Amino acid sequence: MKFLSEYRDANVARALVSRIRAEASREWVLMEVCGGQTHTIVRQGLGDLLEGAVEMIHGPGCPVCVTPIEQIDKAVHLAARPDVIFTSFGDMLRVPGSECDLLQVRARGGRVQVVYSPLDALELARKHPEAQVVFFAVGFETTAPANAMAVWRARELGVANFSVLVSHVTVPPAMIALLESPDNRVQGFLAAGHVCTVMGWTEYEPIAERYRVPIVVTGFEPVDILEGIHLAVRQLEAGRHEVVNQYARSVRRTGNRGAQDLVARVFTLVDRKWRGIGEIPASGLGLREEFADYDAERRFGLAGIHADESPLCHAGDVLRGRMKPPACPAFGIACTPEHPLGAPMVSTEGACAAYYHSGRYRAALPLEV
Amino acid sequence: MSTTITPEQFVCPTPAPPGDRVQLGHGSGGKLSAALLRERFLPQFTDDALAQLGDAAVVGIGRSEIAISTDSFVVSPLEFPGGNIGSLAVHGTLNDLAMAGARPLYLSAGFILEEGLPLDVLDRVIAAMAEAASAGGVRLVAGDTKVVERGKADGIFVNTTGIGVCRPDFAPAASRALPGDAVIVSGPIGRHGIAIMSAREGLGFEAEVTSDCATLYPLVERLRAALSGDVHVLRDPTRGGVASALNEIAAASGVGVLLEEDTLPVPGAVAAACEMLGLDPLYVANEGIFVAFVPPALAEDAVDAMRMHHLGRFARIIGHATDRHPGMVVLRTALGGTRIVDMLPGDQLPRIC
Amino acid sequence: MCLGIPGRITATRLDEGLPAGTVDFGGVRREVCLAYVPEAVVGDYVIVHVGFAISIVDAEEARRTYEALKEMSQLDELEWMREAADAGLAGMGGAP
Repeated sequence: MKFLSEYRDANVARALVSRIRAEASREWVLMEVCGGQTHTIVRQGLGDLLEGAVEMIHGPGCPVCVTPIEQIDKAVHLAARPDVIFTSFGDMLRVPGSECDLLQVRARGGRVQVVYSPLDALELARKHPEAQVVFFAVGFETTAPANAMAVWRARELGVANFSVLVSHVTVPPAMIALLESPDNRVQGFLAAGHVCTVMGWTEYEPIAERYRVPIVVTGFEPVDILEGIHLAVRQLEAGRHEVVNQYARSVRRTGNRGAQDLVARVFTLVDRKWRGIGEIPASGLGLREEFADYDAERRFGLAGIHADESPLCHAGDVLRGRMKPPACPAFGIACTPEHPLGAPMVSTEGACAAYYHSGRYRAALPLEV
Repeated sequence: MSTTITPEQFVCPTPAPPGDRVQLGHGSGGKLSAALLRERFLPQFTDDALAQLGDAAVVGIGRSEIAISTDSFVVSPLEFPGGNIGSLAVHGTLNDLAMAGARPLYLSAGFILEEGLPLDVLDRVIAAMAEAASAGGVRLVAGDTKVVERGKADGIFVNTTGIGVCRPDFAPAASRALPGDAVIVSGPIGRHGIAIMSAREGLGFEAEVTSDCATLYPLVERLRAALSGDVHVLRDPTRGGVASALNEIAAASGVGVLLEEDTLPVPGAVAAACEMLGLDPLYVANEGIFVAFVPPALAEDAVDAMRMHHLGRFARIIGHATDRHPGMVVLRTALGGTRIVDMLPGDQLPRIC
Repeated sequence: MCLGIPGRITATRLDEGLPAGTVDFGGVRREVCLAYVPEAVVGDYVIVHVGFAISIVDAEEARRTYEALKEMSQLDELEWMREAADAGLAGMGGAP
C-alpha cells in the first residue's frame, strides 16, 4: 500500500534501531501519547529491540483508556432505553462501566451498533425517524472534526432525532499534567501524528521550551516510530529540546485550519475527567451552547449520573508511567483482557494489555527466540 | 494553571461482573467460546470423543472408524461475494470431516427459515448447496425444514451434519503436534471474513475480495498421499482466524508455535481492509484454507504437493512448532521483534485508535 | 489514537452540498468526506480517519524523506560497524 508499506521496510527499520542503539549514551525515557503508536510499538516488539537505549512508556494516548467511567455509565443507560439506537466506534464496546459494558447491554436487548464514521450514525438517524440515534463522540483532537461535522450536518439537515454523547479529550493539558508531576521520569515525547495533522504543532512549542523536553511529531508505521525515536534521542544527546516534525508527509505546522475552525464553532474547551487520573482543567471538548439541542446529556437528562470510583486498580499509576503493569497486584490475575478491571487492559493499545501480551512472554522465556 | 497529577487521586473502577447472559462474543471462536464449552457443555457430556473438541469426532462402528461433524450456519448477509449460506454450510462441514482425515460421504441438512424469506433467495441457497455437495462427492440423504415467525431467524439458519470414513493410517488431531513440526498454510488468509464484512451495511466499504469458501478434501488427499499419511495436525481456521486455530493446537498439543510475519500470505485487498478497520488478518475468518503441522523433513514435499492443486497453489510454510513457550503462539515480525498472538476474548471489533 | 490510513481519491462529488469522494485504499474503496481537504483532486492521496480526509499526503516530502532513510540504511551497516570498532564496542546490541 502506497505511503504505508514503505514505512514498514525492515531494512530501514533495522538500520534505525542500530543507529539509536549506537547513539544513545544512556537509556533515555520517552513517552508516546497515542494509542496507534502504542499499538505499533507493541506489535513490532520495538521495546525489546531498543532495550538499554530507550525505555518507551505508554502514555494516556488511547481515548478508550481515558474515557471516564461516568461517560460509560451514561452510554450504558442510553443504550438500554428502548427508544434509543446507540452508535459507537468499536473500541468502546468492551470498556467496563460501574456495572457492565455496552456489549452486555446489547446482550440484554439494547440496540447497540458499531459505526465506522460519525456520518454513518447520522445516516442511521435519517433512516430511522422513529428512533433516537445517539452517537458516542469520543476521541482526541483527530476525531473532533469528524464528530463536529456530524453535529453541524444534523443541524443543517434538520435531523432532530440525532444527538451525541461527548467525551472528547485534548493532548497538551495531559502532557503538561504529567510533566508537572514531581516524580515524572519522561525525558522526551513522541507527539501523535494525526492529532497534529489536525492541530499542527504550535501548542507543543511552549511545552518543549518550558519543560525542556524534545517533542517529535511522529507517524504510526514502524519506520516512522523509529525515526521519531531517533530524532528524540539525537536531541537528548545534544541537550536540545525542540519540536520537530517526523511525519512531514501529513503534518504542517499550523495543521488543518478548516478542521480546527469547525471544531471551534461546534465545541468549546471544558474541564474533563481522565479515567484513572482525575480531572484536568480545560482538557476536553464539550458542545457549545448553541448546539445544546444535540447534546444527549441534556436531551435525556443524564446530569444525575455520577460514578464512585474505588481504588482497586492502578490504572492511574500505569497511565502516568509511574508503575509498570506487571507490578500491579491485580495484573494477570484479577485483571486480564477477558475480565479487565480498568481500561488500559481493555484496549488493545492499553499499556496493561500491551504488557500482558509481551511481558508475559518475556517472563517465560530467555531473550533469544 | 494546570493540574498536577498526584498518586492519591488515582482511582479505578470496580470490575465488571462476568455477566449472566450469552453474548455475541461467545460465538466468536475465541476465549469466551472456549469457556462456554468448558464450563457449561462438557461437564454434562462426559465422552472421550467429545472431549477432544476436534473439528470432527472419530468414532468406531464395528471395525471401521467414521468421522462425524456438525455445524450451524447463521451468517449474515445470506449472500456474499464468493458464495452464500448454502455453499458455506456444505463446504464447512465437509472440511471439518477432512480435517479429521476422513473422506466425506453423507450429509444431512436442517433448515430454520424465517417467515417472509423471499423464495428466490431460498432457491439460490439450495442450488449452491446442491452444487457444493456434488463437487464434494457427497450425498445429501436426510433433511428437515422448520419455519419460524418473522424476526426469529435472520432469514435462514442451517445446520449440516456430515459423516465420513476414516483411513487407518491417517489420523491428524489437534493434540499430535510435535516440537519442530513445520506449520504450513494452504492459501491466502483473511478472505472470507473481509468478504462478509464488505457485504454488510454499516461499515460501508467495497473490496475486491471474495470468500475463499471451498471443499478442501481433494487437497487434503493430495497431502496425505505425498506424505504417506504422516500429517500430525490439520485444522481449518474458520471463526477466530489462523490465530485461534493455532492457539487451540498449541494448547491441545502442549507445544509452542513460532510464526514468521513476513511469510504470512495476506492478499493486498484483505490487508488494506484490515488497515482501514484496525483488524489483524490473523483473526479474520477463512472458509477455504487449512493449516497443517507436518514433520520438518517432509515440509518441502508437502508444500510442493499442495501447490500442484489449484486450491493449494499459494501454500507455504509460515512457522514451526517449538518446545519453548508451550501453549503459546508467538509471531516474529519482519524487524526481528516478537509479540504474542493470543486468543481474543470475543470478536475482533473495528477500532479508531 | 488515530487510525488514519492513506488512500487515493478516485472520484469526487457533492453529497447534499458536502464535498465527498471515493477513496481507494489499495483495493478497498470507501466513501469519504472531503470537506476538510477542499483543494484535493482526483489522484491525490489523503489520510483518512473515521471516514474523513484530514490531510493531503505531500508526495514530494514523503519521497524525499524516504530516499534519505533508504540511503541511510544502505550506508549504515558499514558506518555502524566502523563506529562500533572505533569505540571498542564490537558486539554491542541491535540487529541485522
